[in-house]
Amino acid sequence: MTYLAKPRLLRPDTPRNTLGYTRRDYEGAISTLCAGCGHDSISAAVVQACYDLDIEPHRVAKLSGIGCSSKTPDYFLGNSHGFNTTHGRMPSVLTGAALANRDLIYLGVSGDGDSASIGIGQFAHAMRRGVNMTYLVENNGVYGLTKGQFSATADKGSKSKRGVVNNETPIDLVALALQLGASYVARSFSGDKEQLIPLIKGALRHLGPSFIDVISPCVTFNNHAGSTKSYDYVREHNDAVNRLDFILPRDRINASYPPGSLRRIVQHDGSILHLRKLDSDYDPSDRIGAMNHLQERHALGEIVTGLLYVDSSAEDLHRHLNTVEKPLNQLGDAYLCPGSKVLEALNASLRRS
Amino acid sequence: MSAIKTIRASNDFVIKFANVNGSGSASANELFARAIMNMGVPVAPRNIFPSNIQGMPTWYEMRVSAAGWLGRRGGCDLMVAMNPQTWDRDIAELSSGGYLVYDSTKTLPRSRFREDITVLGVPLTEICNREYTDPRQRQLFKNIMYVGALTALLDMDLTVVDKLIADQYRGKDKLIDANVNALKLGYEYAKASHSCPIGLRIERCDGVGDRIFINGNDACGLGAVYGGATVAAWYPITPSTSVIEAFSGYCRKFRTDPDNGKARYAVVQAEDELASIGMVIGAAWNGARAFTATSGPGISLMQEFFGLAYFAEVPVVVFNVQRGGPSTGMPTRTQQSDLIACAYASHGDTRHVLLFPQDPYECFTFGAQAFDLADRLQTPVFVLLDLDIGMNDRLCQPFDWDDQRRYDRGKVMSAEELEAGKNFGRYLDVDGDGIAWRTIPGTHPSKGAFFSRGTTRNAYAKYSEAGTDYIYNMERLRRKFETAKKLLPAPVLQRAAQPARYGAIYYGSTSPAMAEASVLLALQGFHVDTLRVRSFPFADEVIDFIYAHDGVFVVEQNESGQLRMLLINEGEVDPKRLLRVLHYDGTPITASFISGKIAEALALRKVKVASLTTPTRKKVAS
Ligand SMILES: Cc1ncc(C[n+]2csc(CCOP(=O)(O)OP(=O)(O)O)c2C)c(N)n1
Ligand code: SF4
Ligand SMILES: [Mg+2]
Repeated sequence: MTYLAKPRLLRPDTPRNTLGYTRRDYEGAISTLCAGCGHDSISAAVVQACYDLDIEPHRVAKLSGIGCSSKTPDYFLGNSHGFNTTHGRMPSVLTGAALANRDLIYLGVSGDGDSASIGIGQFAHAMRRGVNMTYLVENNGVYGLTKGQFSATADKGSKSKRGVVNNETPIDLVALALQLGASYVARSFSGDKEQLIPLIKGALRHLGPSFIDVISPCVTFNNHAGSTKSYDYVREHNDAVNRLDFILPRDRINASYPPGSLRRIVQHDGSILHLRKLDSDYDPSDRIGAMNHLQERHALGEIVTGLLYVDSSAEDLHRHLNTVEKPLNQLGDAYLCPGSKVLEALNASLRRS
Repeated sequence: MSAIKTIRASNDFVIKFANVNGSGSASANELFARAIMNMGVPVAPRNIFPSNIQGMPTWYEMRVSAAGWLGRRGGCDLMVAMNPQTWDRDIAELSSGGYLVYDSTKTLPRSRFREDITVLGVPLTEICNREYTDPRQRQLFKNIMYVGALTALLDMDLTVVDKLIADQYRGKDKLIDANVNALKLGYEYAKASHSCPIGLRIERCDGVGDRIFINGNDACGLGAVYGGATVAAWYPITPSTSVIEAFSGYCRKFRTDPDNGKARYAVVQAEDELASIGMVIGAAWNGARAFTATSGPGISLMQEFFGLAYFAEVPVVVFNVQRGGPSTGMPTRTQQSDLIACAYASHGDTRHVLLFPQDPYECFTFGAQAFDLADRLQTPVFVLLDLDIGMNDRLCQPFDWDDQRRYDRGKVMSAEELEAGKNFGRYLDVDGDGIAWRTIPGTHPSKGAFFSRGTTRNAYAKYSEAGTDYIYNMERLRRKFETAKKLLPAPVLQRAAQPARYGAIYYGSTSPAMAEASVLLALQGFHVDTLRVRSFPFADEVIDFIYAHDGVFVVEQNESGQLRMLLINEGEVDPKRLLRVLHYDGTPITASFISGKIAEALALRKVKVASLTTPTRKKVAS
């Protein structure tokens, strides 16, 4: 498919964020995905989240694996560097990038095949390593790009378009992320931007590994009766534990929420997550509780969405490695090379005595 | 004494220690090698160890050579047989007229020895049991005690060893005293019970000069520090692990911020080699100098990612410390058998830059240079050493560094250049050398961003399956590979003393054995020009060298003749011109092996000329 350039003409009253950017400044190339693909809604949510957060587009590095989902970084944040890596290996490339420059915002985009099958090892290790990133899985329960094979997140008993029934146990990446040490874990639905956009914002401002599993129907291969990742199925079985309002430090706190149903979580950077509780006994700071809740509801056939867990005091890989504040990719020769005098002393210690 | 014709030699023999691994022998053996070196005598030790932590046989072979030959010689003149499991083969390996040092606590029947060797018993267990009560000390001090005995038997200066012990345990006086005491016990026993010295002696000389003594892996790690690497990701594998350990160690020393104790580097032990190379690619894409170190199985796992780095043009550095393959192969033995796996790593049409250091000096130099080359060429650069250089201490020229030197970051477009409107096409060949400009993520708010990928694209990094775009890109990559030839370390030519019709090409750890073989050949009247290849793609001189001779021996340490294959393929050389000299049993190649093979082949071809008594060799170019 060829790209039609979007007209760059802007009306004078086009809204701008505090940095003066319009929403358009956060868009990318025109999507080549199927019309109605859930992944496109997620791209739109990313654009909105970055616009709302006043992120300078070039301060984001977007990385992905291979799949329809992994193509999407081309379709948002056109002024950000992107890297479409190899199938299932985005987490390692992102980890390396994050090591090189701790100052950028890292957004990893993956699919359920990319993360739950070929890349499950890298997914797991990036979570446990504490890489400071936002990791989105655009989960459609199939391999879209290779035309509709079941993925490892497909529910047992779900039917493929051709009528084949999946008999294998599904992998729940949210459960894994909780277990493996992700410090911000959420699930959402591509069709629910009210829920998704604040979740992405919270993740982008979170320090540490943030993981969001976004159920994202594949209209071409997995949006029929019998699929548990179709638009209809998810709408019917969605069980949101909370609704998130994301508030930047500069925003005035909106006092209109009914007291008692609000939970306020302050992140490292001062940003505030307001959780409007839908489920009265849900506590997002309790990791074990989150795991239990997830399993209980899963047994009832429900899909739990919302912010399931957040640890606002988490640390990241750079802190563990005690690296200098200045990004490693900006250290000059003088900071890196010990020079000839040191080498001469070293030679002396290696000579016969 | 009986009629044994004993070997008599000064500063020119081979000692071998047969030990059990995990018994603490390694540090005693190293101490002994250093003592010889400190007496000014060149020594080349080699560890021969199993893929096991405790209880298996290990050997430590030490070539003492006043002439300075550092290649493995083969054979054994003095065996220190400390391992009952390998006794028979150790005794059998001794040269006729050689010497055997063993623990004589338990009397062995005469049938366990040989008639043509000199047997020198030292009751190590007995002395240790008498002197020590702690079982650990009883075991450990046996090692230092045989060092003491050898010091007497070889007529060495005991104070040299004393001093080494004092240096090694500086600040721990108790340990110094205990070790020196054990040393003396061995020394005195040998003096009292055997006629010292035996036919072998170490005599002070000045053969070491100002050379340094270090292993190649340490040198690679240091090279990476000097080369400005800030990110290392790795997965443990023999024999490359110590490259990363060295890098981390030197970084702790030289790259810790004096003000706040923070690290100017990051080392991550990944979950596997896929993740290691992935991290390296991510870091390099993001503008840091990054590397990994691995060996055969890791190279196999990294293949898909090498293709990505090649095609997306990411400057990564890979140290491959080669070991015996295929598969798990001989994990603790040496080979040069990953050339093909690295030269054309990954699917599709790929080709990579390889560097072949011959010793720790070049491990350091090439190790640092690899980062400049990778940045300049925006492609993976492999430093291919092997276990023989990597894991054994080797005498080599001292490291040097020019403080005026600045890192060559290659073609990186800055925010100012972008702002000034410089045309940026990530895959656009503006300079005709095949190397396009890149930008580092985060450089400019609205200019210079691009989407890297392993898929085909046009010159402006936009996805494209157009045949013309694909061909433009592939031709550019080919041009880049040609550019590489001019930047890489040039081959080193040694002309024979007389005009030679035959030549030999070799590389890497074969170097010391080849140099010695040339002399052996010349003594027999065979004159051979030699060319040491130091990089791939090959400089034109390499192919010219082949055409300048009737035949060229390609000397290497693998079964299939991998360098020969590359020469045939890249140089379009008639295979008949290239004669195989292949050594691949996992031990380092020897001069006698090389000279034997070449002499045999040349004799068949009747190229012998009058033998020279004093071979002189002049260096023509380097
Ligand atoms: C090593 C490797 N094996 C197989 C493929 C083929 N492949 C491309 S995308 C894909 C599956 C993608 O599924 P998913 O991650 O769920 O993404 P989706 O297309 O569903 O968004 C596969 C198997 C590949 N690119 N690389
Ligand atoms: S195949 Fe499915 S996942 Fe891929 S673009 Fe089409 S709808 Fe989306
Ligand atoms: Mg999928």
